[in-house]
Amino acid sequence: MPTTSPPDAGLAPRGAGGQAGAAPRPARDRDAAGLGRPRAAAFVTPALLLIAAFLVFPALWTIYLGLTDYRLTGLAAADPQMVGLDNFTDALKDDSFSHSLGLTLQFVVGSAVIGQAGLGFLIAWVMRNRRGALRRLVEALVLTAWILPSSVIAFLWIALLDRDDGTLNAALHTPGTAWLLEHPMLSIIVFNIWRGTAFSMMLYAAALGNVPPSHLETARLAGASGWQQLRDVVFPRIRGHILTNLLLISLWTFNDFTPFLLTSGGPEDKTEVMPVFIYKLALSNGELGFGAAISVLMLLINLVIAVVYMTLLRRRKEDAPA
Amino acid sequence: MGVLTRRAWAVTGVLALSFGVAACGSDSEGSGGTIELKIAANAISGGKNAEEADWIENWVIPHFEEAEADRGVDVKVTFEPSGVDDEQFKSRLALDLQSGSGPDIMSLDGIWLGEFAEAGYIKPLSETSPDFESWDGWDQIPEAVQQLAAFDGDLYGIPWGTDGRVLFYNKNLFEQAGLPTDWQPTSWQDILDAGEALGSLDGVTPIQLNAGTAMGEATTMQGILPLLAGTGEEISSDGSWTGASDGMEQALGLYEDIYGGGLGDPQLQQETQGRDKSFQEFAENKIGILAEGDYFWRSVVNPDNGVAPMEDRDEAVGYALIPAAQPGQGVNGQDFVSMSGGSVRTLNAASDHLDLAWDLLTFMNSAEAVTASVADTPKITARTDVNEQVLADDPMLTFINEQVLPITIFRPADSLYPQVSTLLQEATAAVVDGDSPSQAAEDYQDGLEEVVGGADHVTS
Repeated sequence: MPTTSPPDAGLAPRGAGGQAGAAPRPARDRDAAGLGRPRAAAFVTPALLLIAAFLVFPALWTIYLGLTDYRLTGLAAADPQMVGLDNFTDALKDDSFSHSLGLTLQFVVGSAVIGQAGLGFLIAWVMRNRRGALRRLVEALVLTAWILPSSVIAFLWIALLDRDDGTLNAALHTPGTAWLLEHPMLSIIVFNIWRGTAFSMMLYAAALGNVPPSHLETARLAGASGWQQLRDVVFPRIRGHILTNLLLISLWTFNDFTPFLLTSGGPEDKTEVMPVFIYKLALSNGELGFGAAISVLMLLINLVIAVVYMTLLRRRKEDAPA
Repeated sequence: MGVLTRRAWAVTGVLALSFGVAACGSDSEGSGGTIELKIAANAISGGKNAEEADWIENWVIPHFEEAEADRGVDVKVTFEPSGVDDEQFKSRLALDLQSGSGPDIMSLDGIWLGEFAEAGYIKPLSETSPDFESWDGWDQIPEAVQQLAAFDGDLYGIPWGTDGRVLFYNKNLFEQAGLPTDWQPTSWQDILDAGEALGSLDGVTPIQLNAGTAMGEATTMQGILPLLAGTGEEISSDGSWTGASDGMEQALGLYEDIYGGGLGDPQLQQETQGRDKSFQEFAENKIGILAEGDYFWRSVVNPDNGVAPMEDRDEAVGYALIPAAQPGQGVNGQDFVSMSGGSVRTLNAASDHLDLAWDLLTFMNSAEAVTASVADTPKITARTDVNEQVLADDPMLTFINEQVLPITIFRPADSLYPQVSTLLQEATAAVVDGDSPSQAAEDYQDGLEEVVGGADHVTS
């Protein structure tokens, strides 16, 4: 999971200062480093080459593969044929594709948009005025879930949810309940909430620090209830953070492969979220061409998600008081 | 500026250096003319197929390196172990081979040959090793077993051995349930009756008949295919695949009887590690009857090096032939049926040292090497001379060799088979999940027509 800090877009601008950055700069600022065009080009070329080699080329290659019947083994591995858009039309007609897309949306909405963002905010809100051991303990626990390697985590969760000797069954006195088989989607959604809440928690904790205490104080004096304070004072202040957070965790969750470590997409195909679906198609069934086509579709869906959030963010900026 | 430039040079230098080092590392010819060969198999010391891994590491490699050193050839052989599901092993191998790398010698399941050959990852021995016919070992390998290594009439490697499928049963549980400990069912009804009797025991799953996709090929090989053979049909005959036939519905019907009737554990079929867990439960006296290949006897419940060892294996584990649905209803009018497969060792067509790799391959299949490989754990090898010596001591393998192999059938050597196999696994999964056998068979036929290229290639 990436550990980048949220982009500037999420940090609420204070007054006009934030807006100025977007406005065109005066001519003398355009070459602040004094490098000159050729030298500046020389500096960015290596980075552009790396991006071309590791991002642009694979993306184009995936689109190309998606137009062929390339397979991992067999005749089509030695001599793949162009099949045009067949893979894409087949995918859109394929029940297992829509099934997988539906599961992925459940997974994203359930575990990221509602689960991680909600729980992360709740923890950040409850802890906002606390200092000392309790806060450090809670933060440490939540962060631990985030930073441990996926394979270790998966092993722990399999042990937790195991049908015969699982910790959860022992704790709830429900011997013989196979959680991963009887409630597969619920299991991986809860798992992912637990796993990824830390990011939302930290981001919201930082955002809440930006809400001036005097505003909350004023609202309280005016007789606002807890919910009214949240709605009218806190949320407008941190709306940018919320959208940025939702954008990032939606995309991460959409592309998350970790559920595979818990369920391998099973039982049968009940947890076959999009990345697992593609993995199984391309590597287990060997249908590399078809898998590539679905990867492209997945990329497009990612773009749609990103565009929706970006539009919301931009509208927020336009709405923001000058 | 000056600092920047110097730093840029330093970074460039480090990058160039690391590319240079990486380039050196990818050379397969080590220092001083040592030739490096790599063997890969889905075997790992202390885990899956441990005896094979130990044999390669402790016998083959030192003996071969020594023999070559005596000839003045400096060879370094390494073993690349794996201990995963066969399907995962296959994916990994295929990916390695596709990128033009991969091991020099690899073990493949016989049914993968077609796919790998069509992709050009492996080539007929006549191309890779022109004088392959002069190897003296061929005389010892029966024609039927050689066919395991053949695709489209060409030999692609040397078969390692074969196996047979039977019903294993737990004599301890049979005794508790008041069943005979020298059990031999003669119809499917006999199996269900025994299951009913075992069902009266507390905490015991009467029957484990593999189903579902999580078990992979083990579902096809130990489950639906022997059942289909028991109805008198084969999965493919005369170039046509069997669709939603009467036999297919009848075979899926037995799944319904077992899993719908509470005689089996449906969840075990869905769990990711379900097959391993079923082994464990059998060894813990929790499963009464389990259909498996002789692999189960050799490598699973083997008290010495099995993955689920049973101290009292020789007394507690019984084995019986798989009956046809009704006596005489099996393929070729047989009363009992079985399925066989086997692995094949092949050369990587992209290997840099095909000659030496062929030497190593024949070395591994020499009578001496094969005998060493089965020293601790007898198994049915491809070589008649070795079998005559090693099988006599093991009643179970003698049983397979004398009673099962004569009635067994093989899977089709067709590159489409693995996809058909997946469809069969899905059909069994659907029945275990509550679909009716006729519905599951119908869905299977739909998928089959898509895979094999139309209804013309399907019989139902």
